[in-house]
Formats: sequence, structure tokens, C-alpha cells
Amino acid sequence: MPVVNMGQSNEMAVAQVGHLRPVLRIEPSRGWVSLQLEELWHYRELLFFLAWRDVKVRYKQTGLGVAWAVLQPLLGMLVFTIFFGRLAKVPSDGIPYPLFSYSALLAWQLFAYSISESSNSVVGNERLITKVYFPRLVIPIASILAGLVDFAIAFVLVIGMMFYYGVQPGWRILSLPLFILFELATALGVGLWLSALNVQYRDVRYTVPFIVQFWMFASPVVYSSTLVPARWRPLYGLNPMAGVVEGFRWALLGKQPAPGAMFAVSSLVVAVLLVSGLCYYRRMEKNFADVV
Amino acid sequence: MSDLAIKCEGIAKQYRIGERERYKALRDIITDAVRSPFRRLRESARHSGNNGEGKPTIWALQNVSFEVKQGEVVGIIGRNGAGKSTLLKILSRITEPTRGYAEIHGRVGSLLEVGTGFHHELTGRENIFLNGAILGMRKAEIAQKFDEIVAFAEVEKFIETPVKHYSSGMYMRLAFAVAAHLETEILLVDEVLAVGDAAFQKKCLGKVGEVAKDGRTVILVSHNMVAIEALCMRSLYLEHGSIAGDGLTEDVVQKYIATTNLEVGSHDLSATKQRKGSGEIRFVRIELISGGICCKSVRAGSAFSVRLEYQSEAPIKNPVFSVAIFSIKGVCLFAVHTSDFELELGSINGAGCVELEITRPNLLPGRYSLHCAVGDQSDVHRYDHLQDATSFDIEAADVYGSGKLRAAEWSLIFLECSWRMTTRDESLCR
Repeated sequence: MPVVNMGQSNEMAVAQVGHLRPVLRIEPSRGWVSLQLEELWHYRELLFFLAWRDVKVRYKQTGLGVAWAVLQPLLGMLVFTIFFGRLAKVPSDGIPYPLFSYSALLAWQLFAYSISESSNSVVGNERLITKVYFPRLVIPIASILAGLVDFAIAFVLVIGMMFYYGVQPGWRILSLPLFILFELATALGVGLWLSALNVQYRDVRYTVPFIVQFWMFASPVVYSSTLVPARWRPLYGLNPMAGVVEGFRWALLGKQPAPGAMFAVSSLVVAVLLVSGLCYYRRMEKNFADVV
Repeated sequence: MSDLAIKCEGIAKQYRIGERERYKALRDIITDAVRSPFRRLRESARHSGNNGEGKPTIWALQNVSFEVKQGEVVGIIGRNGAGKSTLLKILSRITEPTRGYAEIHGRVGSLLEVGTGFHHELTGRENIFLNGAILGMRKAEIAQKFDEIVAFAEVEKFIETPVKHYSSGMYMRLAFAVAAHLETEILLVDEVLAVGDAAFQKKCLGKVGEVAKDGRTVILVSHNMVAIEALCMRSLYLEHGSIAGDGLTEDVVQKYIATTNLEVGSHDLSATKQRKGSGEIRFVRIELISGGICCKSVRAGSAFSVRLEYQSEAPIKNPVFSVAIFSIKGVCLFAVHTSDFELELGSINGAGCVELEITRPNLLPGRYSLHCAVGDQSDVHRYDHLQDATSFDIEAADVYGSGKLRAAEWSLIFLECSWRMTTRDESLCR
């Protein structure tokens, strides 16, 4: 039998006891609770590990593995190009339709993945929630971060397509991370609401595929937001994904106009979604372990 | 700095009855709201006002107060549903108390289950890191202890193999090994010692003993009174959510045994709440049969049968039934599975019954409890599992055929044996 070396751990334990011990008070919380973001930061490694687990397991379980990440938007692009681009002749503001739809699908897939995964994340991680303590916010955030890997893979293809169609990315491409962050914030806002609601009402998850589909057609994925009259465009920005999708096209393909006013409205909506989502989630999470 | 590690003051926890089935369909809420919008509003206003009064509730814990000093190893005993696990869940911050507060001085680690977060598709190495992070260890800390963990689990050769290919023993060893290397000042442990084979259990007990010697604080919940007696100087006895005893383990265990009031003999299990498992199959009745009649006690050495009636909601393929006999101090004396007999039960559906005949129970007089379980082939997934499903008494009998009734004094079992006088010359070993 291998000898377990305990000497080292003894020293560590003593060193820890030597320090002033932190005191933790456990009591019923009342009303709205603070977000405790510093605690979340403390658990960043767990966040990373859970996201990493999701990615790893998905690629191990699917036969096509990494190919999925590319196939999904690629097939979407093919179908849209044939039916909307060629047959329905949906205008794409001078951009080749395949590139026009793929750049939007790139953004859309990340969002769709994020909200479907995060909305089911709390219920899906029941075992963890009922057996271990950690900030519950880690769960939906990790499930969203896992989607970034697919995104990165699908992104390589858009670069290739841009070369093929001879589209030069300008300085605007530097703003792309901003749009990605904005998109993740939107997804997190929605995901927090849905995941907490899903614990209480189990049919929420059946509504998610519907929400995703409905939302896609309400966003300028197959069409351009220029179809919306200019004066209504800020109102269209109430759908934050409108700002994100057009932002992607602007940053990657230089599509005009820049989604200025629309984006400003979207920012406001996202801020409200995210803050209310965080508060609602934090308020509900104390019951997760009892109800899940 | 005080030498206090844990202080609980008036902790109480209330659950709504059937909380687990409490989640409703959004559809119902919407249809309700459409049908009678005002009643719903009135109701929700009333409920938020008085904290859900009117709904049936149950107090899992009531007014629990105690203090634990640094370096103390405290056992928590009590029957199923006495609130032991709820107390640990509150101390490890998984759920909030309804009233009262607890103060924890120092880093807490809790082991309510081994292998939390283990994923079948991931390799041993990957699971060590994942599980370690879930238990609150830093990545650097895990990397530093990695070799030690692997050696403790004795899985060196399979560390790059997905754990779905592990035997259940290997899986449990690995899971416990990670948990055992959690180095917090306070450790909350729930029944994790009840896994694995005897040799591994011994190793686990040894590890908890080492932790205790390190001067760290341990709270240990277990059904196994013998383990508690071996490890803990002091114990708490929980009954119906309140502390019914607190003091030297010996005394508390005595008190626990004296107040033991288990169901004896055959009875209905369909309404029992104290069960674990996913529920596809449920035990509905347990019967003890001896000499062709229902009984509550059996003479030592006489054959008896355990009949288990079950109900399954859907067809289940090849389930494995098991029965175990425990001593009153919670030590497992005997456990047997249908799979031990290579019994393929095929697909079962609806109501049914299995019967285990014990031809010669080598038990000495006293009270014993019966546990029953049904699971899949892996024995990791359980459909239903009842601890203390029922109990029975063994009555004194002339087990050695010597004309003398044998009572239990120091031992629990008897073995077929005989004595004779012999001479030194007969030694075969010298």
C-alpha cells in the first residue's frame, strides 16, 4: 500500500490555524440580498472548471465533436442563402448574402446556445446545488462561457469567408469584443431570469426553444435592419440582439450605418435585464437547494 | 481569539410538506390567473404577508443550539428524518435556516456526498481537478496533492481512463480520495464512510482519525454508532429536529439505543417518507415470515424469510434487489444482492414481490434492523432505498445444541463450532 505523506499537510494546517480565522455568520436572509461579486471572483477557478467540463463533455459525447460548432451556422447559412438570398431576394445591403447571413448566425448561435444552456443550468446541476456550497451565480455564468469555444471555432470560418469574398476588415474589427461582451451580458440577463424561473416552474424550459426561434426572426439575422424605417430603428433597438447582430456586421464587414441609436437603446435594455436578472436570481437562490 | 469553532443558536428550519413536488407548471399559474385573477392576487398577498401560513409545513429542526470547540470531533446521531442532514446542510450553507443563526470560525469544508460533480465521460485526472474545485480547493492546491490523491485511491494505472470504465469500488475510492485531501479547519462529514469495501472503509476511518489528530474540527453524521464511538469523544443526539442528548458519546449512544422505537415485523412501506432513490420502483410492503406465519421475532438459528412487495411505474430492466441486516448500533452485519446469485430478473413491471430466505441466521439474541434497496446493475444508481425498513428480534435458542440457551453478551453472531480437549503433541504447526 502506498504511504501517504501527511507531514506536509500537518504544517499547512498549523500555519492556517495560526492566522486569524475568518468568522462566518449563517442566518436567514431577509428581502433583497447583496450580489456579493467579490465572492464570485473568489470562486473564479470553479467557474472555469465548470465551463471547461461542459465543453469537454459535449465534445466527447457528440460523434461529430468540433465539427458541430461549424456545421450548425454553416448549414443555417446555406438554407438562408438559398431561400432568403436567392429565392426571396432579401436585400443584404450590398454584402454577399452568404457572408451577410453567416456573420449574423455567428452572433446568433452564441446567443441561442447561451440562453438554452443557462436556462436549464440550475436544474441540470441539482446534484451540485444540494450537496455543496458555492456562489450559485457560478452555474449560469459557466454555462454561458462554455459557448465561447464553439463561437471561436465558428469564427475561424468567417475569417476564411471574408478572404474569399475579398472583404477587408477595417479598424472597426477592434470593437468586436465589445459586441461579444454585450451579447454575453444580454444572454446572462435572460439566462438568469429563465434559470431561476425554471426551478420554480418546470415548464419554462419547454418555452425556451420557442423563445429562441421567435427571437431570431425578431432579430435582423436573415434580413437587414435597414428594412425597418430609419425613425423606427431606435425602437427596434428594444431588442438588444438587433444591436448585437448589426454590430457584428458593422465590425466585421463594415456594413453601414453603424448601429448607433439602436445600440444606445439596446444598452439600456440590457442593463435593465442584467441587473434585474441578477437581483431576481440572488433572491431566489436561497430556495434552490430546497426546491430543485 | 476564542477557541470556538462552531456556535449554533436557536437554529430552526421549516419545510413546506411535499416541497420537492412543490414546483408547479407555469401553465397552471397562467390559467389560474386568467380564470380568477383577483383570487390569485388576494392569495399571494396573504401568503407573502404571513410567510406561507396555512400551507402544511414541517419543522425539520427546532431550536438547535450547541457549541463546538476547535479541534473537537463531534458525532451526530439520530434516526432517519431526525434532522441530521438538514443541520449539516445549514452549517455548510447549502440551505438557510428559517430562524436562529450559526457562527463558523474558520474555513469550512463539507462532504455531504463523495464524488459530487464527478462526470462519467471525464478521466480520473480530470475528475480530480473538477471535484477538487467543487469542494473549494485551489487549482494549485490540487496539483500539489495530485500524486497523493491518486496513490490513496490506488488508481494509478487508470488515471487517464474515463471514470465510466471504473468499477464501482474504484470510483468510490477516487471520489473519497479527493474529499479526504480537503484541508479546511472545519470538516462536516455526512455518512460518506458507508461506501466501499471493508478495507477501504477502514482506510477512510483512519483518514478521519488523522484529520482529528491534526487538531482540526470535525462534525460527523453517521448511522454507524461503532464508528462514532471510535472517532468522537462527544456526540449530539437529534430526535424530531431537537437535541435530545449532548455529551460523552458512550452516554449518548446508550440513550439512543434505549429510546429506539423502530417498527417491528411486517408493515406497509408505501407511505414511508424516509427513503432515498429515484423512485421508478418503490417498496410498498415488507414482511417477515417464519414457520409459515408473519412474525416479529425469530428464534436464533431458525429459518425465516423477508418478503418485499414492490410497485414499478414503468418496465425496469434487470433490477438488483438487496437486503441488509444491521445491528442496533448501525453496523452492517450482512448484505446480499440478487446479483450475488447471478439472478437475472429480466424486465419487471407493475406490482411484484421478491423473497429472500435466510436458512440459518447466525445471529445472537437482540434487535436487528433490515435495510432494503433496489438499484440497477451498477449498484450506484438506486431506484429505492429504505434504511431501517423494519426490525426484528432474535430470541434466545439452544444454538450450539448443548441444551443451554445462548444470550448475546459481547457478540452479535455465532458460528458453527465445537470444543474438545487435546494434547500439545497434536500440534500440526510446530
